[in-house]
Amino acid sequence: MTMRYVYLLAALLTAIGVSIFAYKWQVLGFPLTDDQETPVWTVETSVHFDAGPGPIKASLQIPTLTPGFGISEEYSVSRNYGFSVNNVSGGRQAQWTVRRTAGQQTLYYRIVVYEDRDADLSDTTPPFPLPPVIDEPLRTAVDVIVSEVRGHSADAASFTAELLRVVNSPSPGSSVNLLLAEVDTPLEFVKIMTTVLAAARIPARIIRGMELQDRTRRANLIPWLEIHDGVRWRFFNPRNGIENLPDHFLIWCRGDDSLVQVDGGTNVEVRFAVQKNFIDSMAVAEKRARVRQSVLVNFSLSSLPIQTQAVYSILLMIPIGALIMVLMRNLVGIDAFGTFMPVLIALAFRETRLFWGIVLFTLLVALGLSIRFLLERLRLLLVPRLSAVLIVVVLLMLVISIASHKMGMETGLSVALFPMVIIAMTIERMSVVWEERGPADAIRGGTGSLLVAAVAYLAMGMNWLEHIITSFPELLLVVLAIVILLGRYTGYRLSELVRFKALSGE
Amino acid sequence: MMFSTARNLRKHGVLGVNERNARLIMKHNPRRLYPRVDNKVITKELALAAGMAVPELYGLIGHQSEVRNLGKVIGERDSFVIKPAHGSGGDGIIVVTGRSARKRDCYRMASGLLITESELQHHTSNVVGGQYSLSGNPDIALIEYCVEFDPVFANVSYQGVPDIRVIVYRGYPIMAMVRLPTRMSNGKANLHKGAVGAGIDMCSGCTLNGVLDNAIVDEHPDTGALIAGLQIPGWNFILQSAARGLEVTGLGYLGVDIVIDRHHGPLILEMNARPGLNIQIANRTGLAGRISRVDELYDAAASPEARAKFARSEFAAATSCA
Repeated sequence: MTMRYVYLLAALLTAIGVSIFAYKWQVLGFPLTDDQETPVWTVETSVHFDAGPGPIKASLQIPTLTPGFGISEEYSVSRNYGFSVNNVSGGRQAQWTVRRTAGQQTLYYRIVVYEDRDADLSDTTPPFPLPPVIDEPLRTAVDVIVSEVRGHSADAASFTAELLRVVNSPSPGSSVNLLLAEVDTPLEFVKIMTTVLAAARIPARIIRGMELQDRTRRANLIPWLEIHDGVRWRFFNPRNGIENLPDHFLIWCRGDDSLVQVDGGTNVEVRFAVQKNFIDSMAVAEKRARVRQSVLVNFSLSSLPIQTQAVYSILLMIPIGALIMVLMRNLVGIDAFGTFMPVLIALAFRETRLFWGIVLFTLLVALGLSIRFLLERLRLLLVPRLSAVLIVVVLLMLVISIASHKMGMETGLSVALFPMVIIAMTIERMSVVWEERGPADAIRGGTGSLLVAAVAYLAMGMNWLEHIITSFPELLLVVLAIVILLGRYTGYRLSELVRFKALSGE
Repeated sequence: MMFSTARNLRKHGVLGVNERNARLIMKHNPRRLYPRVDNKVITKELALAAGMAVPELYGLIGHQSEVRNLGKVIGERDSFVIKPAHGSGGDGIIVVTGRSARKRDCYRMASGLLITESELQHHTSNVVGGQYSLSGNPDIALIEYCVEFDPVFANVSYQGVPDIRVIVYRGYPIMAMVRLPTRMSNGKANLHKGAVGAGIDMCSGCTLNGVLDNAIVDEHPDTGALIAGLQIPGWNFILQSAARGLEVTGLGYLGVDIVIDRHHGPLILEMNARPGLNIQIANRTGLAGRISRVDELYDAAASPEARAKFARSEFAAATSCA
């Protein structure tokens, strides 16, 4: 009966731990290793113009909805200017204002984006466009093209593809030539396409964006065509009618409003520069989770002050040490002094490193033991004797630190990190065992403690494990489940296989 | 290899520490009853009240200020034992068997070494200070009768007092061994200190072969006498006293330590709520089989005498000496 509760509890703990872990890993994209890096692109927009005599108001269209990308941060650099971000009909708009200035002006707007395949694609469904008012003779040309393309297509998407194929054909018909007679720039080309699509009652709009590459000094906004098929927005290459978006295409703005508008300034010029960097995946994952307002991240370790985080990154490894302790005690059957003494020693090893840790620990305990035997002759009462051992341990630590420093070995300094009370208790316990059961038992217990401490140190020192536990503390629930299960382990210990070997009939 | 060993042990009914702790101790030994066996003062009172024979108590020292009264407690006695009330594994026990002929305040220990009264006082003060108690809490020192062991074991022990350990499960004695002190064990009857353990045939009360450090020995390492085939006197009484351990302590899994005194017969020395598993090696038999046999035939109404009888009929060794 009890066993069933134990299994149930363990299963429950594992389920909770693993599911939170899976959510954070798969959905929020928390990295499993700490060297994982995510590329981010910094796009810097600079607006240059010559200031006029009066007040200046400069508006720049900036990214609003960016399918495929998440916005990590954005800021503007512009001295003396007032800055605000406004939502206008076409999307967001950055606005700089100043009452009075002179000479050539440069305003900067920087945005940092990261790739996020799940980034919000949702957008409003537009109403069906009204038939556009087009003047003759263009009107006839549009009608001809629409009726021809409609004959060769089935729906909005195929209509768009067919239309773009027709207008891009190497030997266009007369109506196409007429239609494109006034078109000089790709932007105007896409704009006239939206007009034709509107005539066919298909909602369409221009999008402008850039392909994010490793490094671009002068990026250009490429116009692209976006149509709505009644369910979702679809992207078409205006040059060949293929439905796609280029890789790493950041949609900067939508609509045909001009990118920048400067009231009170002349010679306006906008430049884009792109720089790709790599940053810690963890930061990106947390940013992403914050955007989704995930409760898990609000309650995560990273919401604590940095100093506290550092403490917890050590504290969170103690359960791993405890697990090792359980394994070594109940599965292997190693004798050690004190229940958690080896774990605390292992924590001290973190600073001293294993080899020096063992050397210093052995030195400290050996010296302490010999002094403890001297104290024994004084026949002190228990508590004063323990205190005396503690004081001796502190003095020994000081002596070891100074001696090693004089000899130029800085590792000796870290002896101060050993938990001295624990060491004093170890010395006391060891000396009692030494006297009562002989040196063999005492040394076996001491070696066992050191062995468990070393294994615990190695387990607690694994970088990937530390990263996993600090970014997914919920996995400690799984550790708890394992420890609970081991608490009901009734099989033999490894040492018992040797101890009872005579009884196995082998 | 490892798994086959484990399987074989399981087949032979060998009980492991984990299983003992999880299945027997936690189930049958409620924590609140532990003081009855962990505190030897209480054990002694309970055993006396139940009409069991125990070594006579000369006095208690429960406070540092009383330590200097040690000489008064000892009086003119030549032999006595000082032990901590909360000791375990025989730690902290000093056995005094006589006095120096020249100096009355100089005592001779079982090992033959001399010890002065002030050294005894220091030891007592350590005991009272809690050095030998499991938790390190202040303790009480018992000064009691030093058992003069029965000559039956004279040839198979080196100094010290050999004692008999009986495992009692739910009031039924299920296994027993005698622990014989050696030079290596420093006169202490503790197997892990190097004492020889010898299984006992539950039916006849005859010793079986001895075990020293997991290896079988026929002869006592110090005296060279044969270990097997010694008839323990008063075996039936020993089993009944051990069976009564359930009524005295309420513990369902119990180790009862008994010594046989030359003058007073079997005396209950102490009881243990977590008896060790080496008894299986000494008897070359696992405990698990006997435990399940008791579970099968358990009778809550059985008297200690009936339970002792059950043990004699059920758990006879295959190679009995009778």
